[in-house]
Amino acid sequence: MGAKMFGARVPRLEDPRLLTGRGSYTDDFHLPGMLEAAFVRSPHSHAKINGIDTSAALAHDGVVAVYTSADLPEYLRDKTVPFQVPNPAISQPFQQRLLEGREVCFAGEPIALVVADTRYNAEDAATLVEIDYDILPGAADCKSALEDGAPMCHSTSSNNEGAKYIVGYGDVEKAFAEAHLKHREEYWIHRGGGFAIENRAVVAEYDEIDDMLTIWSATQSPFLVKQNVVDMLGWESDKVRVIAPDVGGGFGPKTVYYVEEALIPVIAKDLGRPVKWIEDRRENFLATNMERDQYWEMEIAVDADGKLLGVRGKMIHDTGAYMPWGIISPYISATTLPGPYVLPTYELETRVALTNKVAVTPVRGAGRPQAVFAMERLMDRAADKLGLDRAEIRRRNLIPTEEMPYALGLIFRDGKPMTYDSGDYPKCQAEALRIADYDGFRARQETARAEGRHIGIGVANYVEGTGLGPFEGATVRIQPSGRICIYTGGGDSGQGHWTTLAQVCADKFGVGVEDIDVQKGDTGKIASGVGTFASRIAVNAGSSVHLASNEVREKAIKVAAHMLEAAEEDMDIEDGRVFVKGSDLSVPLSDVARAVQGMPGFSLPGGVEPGLEATHYFSPSQSSYCNGTAVVEVEVDPDTGYVDILNYSMAHDSGTLINPFVVDGQVQGAVAQGVGNALLEWMIYDDNANPVSATFAEYLLPSAPETPNVDVTHVESPTPINPLGVKGAGEGGTIPAAAAIIAAIEDALSPWDVQISGAPLTPSMIVQKVHSGR
Amino acid sequence: MSDRRTISVTINGETFEREVETRLTLSDFIRHECLLTGTHVGCEHGVCGACTILLNGQTARSCLMLAVQADGQEIRTVEGIAPNDQELHPLQQAFQDNHGLQCGYCTPGMLTTLLEFLEENPDPTEREVREAISGNLCRCTGYQGIVAAALDAAKRLQAGA
Repeated sequence: MGAKMFGARVPRLEDPRLLTGRGSYTDDFHLPGMLEAAFVRSPHSHAKINGIDTSAALAHDGVVAVYTSADLPEYLRDKTVPFQVPNPAISQPFQQRLLEGREVCFAGEPIALVVADTRYNAEDAATLVEIDYDILPGAADCKSALEDGAPMCHSTSSNNEGAKYIVGYGDVEKAFAEAHLKHREEYWIHRGGGFAIENRAVVAEYDEIDDMLTIWSATQSPFLVKQNVVDMLGWESDKVRVIAPDVGGGFGPKTVYYVEEALIPVIAKDLGRPVKWIEDRRENFLATNMERDQYWEMEIAVDADGKLLGVRGKMIHDTGAYMPWGIISPYISATTLPGPYVLPTYELETRVALTNKVAVTPVRGAGRPQAVFAMERLMDRAADKLGLDRAEIRRRNLIPTEEMPYALGLIFRDGKPMTYDSGDYPKCQAEALRIADYDGFRARQETARAEGRHIGIGVANYVEGTGLGPFEGATVRIQPSGRICIYTGGGDSGQGHWTTLAQVCADKFGVGVEDIDVQKGDTGKIASGVGTFASRIAVNAGSSVHLASNEVREKAIKVAAHMLEAAEEDMDIEDGRVFVKGSDLSVPLSDVARAVQGMPGFSLPGGVEPGLEATHYFSPSQSSYCNGTAVVEVEVDPDTGYVDILNYSMAHDSGTLINPFVVDGQVQGAVAQGVGNALLEWMIYDDNANPVSATFAEYLLPSAPETPNVDVTHVESPTPINPLGVKGAGEGGTIPAAAAIIAAIEDALSPWDVQISGAPLTPSMIVQKVHSGR
Repeated sequence: MSDRRTISVTINGETFEREVETRLTLSDFIRHECLLTGTHVGCEHGVCGACTILLNGQTARSCLMLAVQADGQEIRTVEGIAPNDQELHPLQQAFQDNHGLQCGYCTPGMLTTLLEFLEENPDPTEREVREAISGNLCRCTGYQGIVAAALDAAKRLQAGA
């Protein structure tokens, strides 16, 4: 029997193709007769459109068509992107039209689409579309947008409040009345994005003979694209196929459905030729959804021992001009705040502000980094005021392991009561402190200070609901060649689904992962699917592969028993062969697969159904809660504001690990995005909501020199929610990063009594703070 | 009217002769005229490094060059790194063995950049590797696997030299 695959550090099957330039991303498709599209987008954050003149564009070389709202089929002119996740708390669920012809509400909103023989000609002609605007004032930041007299994000509204809700439990008033110590503070986390290195991309082809529309999209969720195309364009579901080919990074923004994904298919059908649209980086800055901007006004109450009594406050969430995913991000923020702590009372009022910016939908972490920032900063302040060590105050408040499962008293985004299913929070924090040599830090700090260097340490904890339902599925099929093929619905944008899902399957048949193919992200290959987001694939698709593989295994044994005239209970499978235990009688899986293909006129062996395959759709009863602790040691140069991350330690509990090699990579990459949130990434707008930082020279992503190595240690608390015991692992690294890094910087700068209440923190801000403290 | 020229560019040992617009970028030429789609385009303003190729042995951002500037020159792209269809180059193998890639989109630029770097500096420190790839953005890996791969590749290349 081969080595056990599940749990092993298996190198990825995906890599050889991608390392030799044989991947196939959406822009790599060159279809016969294909046209290319370029969008005309609003240069203003807010404006009324008086008229559009496309005549010069139409006359340009190579132009085949120019579409404005008025040129779309009538039923599409006023149609908006389907509202994906309604919630009664939402009062103004504005959604984007395919092409806007009356009032544009963010800079980058599409107004017209030019289709030409080449992208060069399409872009040239796009500049010739003349649009007469009346520029309107824009609602720029979420806080002032909700104040009286603010400019309206949509001129048809009387206020900019898109949603309002309160979450909480317990008698907060009483808790605060009885508190030994209270601390109140405001926090602001700024806007940033996913910024996959591959921008969005769509190719659509309509085949008249089959009446079939095929869409290739650089999406995380081909099934959501299909569902929306069907809903929006009124096509028959079996006449639409959506494929997510190789996708060059996702990070959340490629989860949601965009107008471009509706328009390109419409136009491909209209023109009878394949159409390609490749977003450029400028468009990506303007028109791909972002996240993070939140303003928190919070108060914490603790007793004399530092035990939490309550947290209360208000949060304002910037949702941009539209709400395609409703209040998912801010709702996750609100329910993430209590984290791993015994928090007896809690109340948070959230107001969602409409602003004249591109829409806000989840970006890796999905509302959690902001909530963790607020909570962890409050914990730091309470510790400082009580004279307690910052790790010690956390330790005193962590939910004891014996209290698992732990009901929080809140309702999660999946509509179910939030119950932490499993986890060992005290162990996780202790492990992180141990690998960071937290106990030795103050001595290191003293030595460093004697040398004139300023080092500091920060600690942050988080809990994250992962493995979101409703389901993901998998078909496991053993082919007549003996190779196993797995089909699943979510796309892969770097997570390594081929390898990890193959690992779940391989041991059932005693084969190696190299004997297994995984076809993912194609609505033509499996009937139903959801998508790769919310750290959900290992849980949902992984469990489906497990269940389907078990069923195929049982069937293989049943058929082989019939073929070998043996009893099923005497049989086992190893090395891809079904054998009678204790004998040399065996049959390879390829023969079993061939036997159940059927022979004309003969019954199938054992009376089974044809095909050596099974399909399962695993639906978790609730989310499984992953958790972790980050401990970060930094050195800060008070003169230049440069922050050098000396040590980044993370204890991470995502349950049972399928492939620790891949999970380490997920944590490391997620931490890097958190480093961006803490120190670099800040989407800046002017007072009228026009973007200022729309290139990689102005909006900085972490590069190799400033990104730390992450020392990851895994604590494995298997979840009882799924048969594998796995939890999601894709976002945990990002969630506590900004909180821990900022705390460490503050600690390093303690000689100047610096207090930091926001992120990102740029070098100039650090220098300013040091100066005002000097 | 667009200005067109006939150019001849050798890519991975194969000569491509095409009539192109003078404004065609080298990256678009490689990808859409020669159909070598392994070279990727991520920002079109020379920051992300995904489009990095080797031009006469030296790294260049193919999104910042015009195809006509490469007339008569030799280019090596990601498709031209492995010794044959069955084997990976030691640098590529080190990427697989150290989880140096996730989505694979920045990978071609990382490989070409590191090929040049490891020739100049066959025994680099971690800091030197990080500086060497500071002009290549990766959003997936946090660079840890890439740096480990580069250091591992340096050892393999030295052992094989």
